[in-house]
Amino acid sequence: MSTDTPDAPAENGPAEGAPSRAELAARVDELEDALAEATAEDGGKKMSIIATKGTLDMAYPPLILASTAAAFGYEVTVFTTFWGLDMLHEERSKSLQLSSVGNPNMPVPNAVAALPGMDRVTTKMMEKRITDNDTATVEELLETSLEMGVEFQACQMTIELMDYDEDDFYDGVTTGVGAATAIQDMAEADIQLLV
Amino acid sequence: MSAEFDIAETLDVKGASCPMPVVKTKSAIDDLAAGEVLEVVATDPGSMSDIDGWADGTEGVELVDQTEGDDVYNHYVRKTE
Repeated sequence: MSTDTPDAPAENGPAEGAPSRAELAARVDELEDALAEATAEDGGKKMSIIATKGTLDMAYPPLILASTAAAFGYEVTVFTTFWGLDMLHEERSKSLQLSSVGNPNMPVPNAVAALPGMDRVTTKMMEKRITDNDTATVEELLETSLEMGVEFQACQMTIELMDYDEDDFYDGVTTGVGAATAIQDMAEADIQLLV
Repeated sequence: MSAEFDIAETLDVKGASCPMPVVKTKSAIDDLAAGEVLEVVATDPGSMSDIDGWADGTEGVELVDQTEGDDVYNHYVRKTE
């Protein structure tokens, strides 16, 4: 016997307080179960959009992204609040306006754009372009999105603030939801957007 | 262009612009059986990149071919599962 390792432990067993092999095996089983559960619950991809704008131009981005994400297989929720509600409002969605002031890309100067009736004129111009280019209308995009299973939610607080009625919205729109629902959705989503 | 596949169905989205070519392609592919190929005929130049990206990011579909003619873009998408 060598005397080179005088301090070697007398036994090769686990150190005092370390978990036994059986305890480790049980812990591994537990973790594998938890992993399997988490993977099963989180099967699909999710996207959460918060839509706050109700002008004609700003209704397009959330609707185009929602329908396209649905085509990718995403489970999509669009939570609308304030003027975003108008795109889900059966009557108001058909007459969304384009603002002619505050947009330096408009072909008219702000001083002219601010004249009464100018929003109507610029909206008509845009509507004509939409028709001429065969661009889908807001109504078409909304109906397509609903058919593809996109969930549209209308914020309850702003429904009351704007004095809308729950029956004013398209069939299939979810009402009676608030910020907590939106947060829960965003927390679970792979993509979150505020429009 | 290769013609080593049979076309099960043709979807005409001529005139339609973003996002409709992709959205309608998705709906049409849902009606096919696994292994079948959908032909999509579009006039939207953006459909070249969009249908490619959609097929790449979507499970159960595969882009077989894309061809470009005179203002017409043909896409061939196979349903894989």
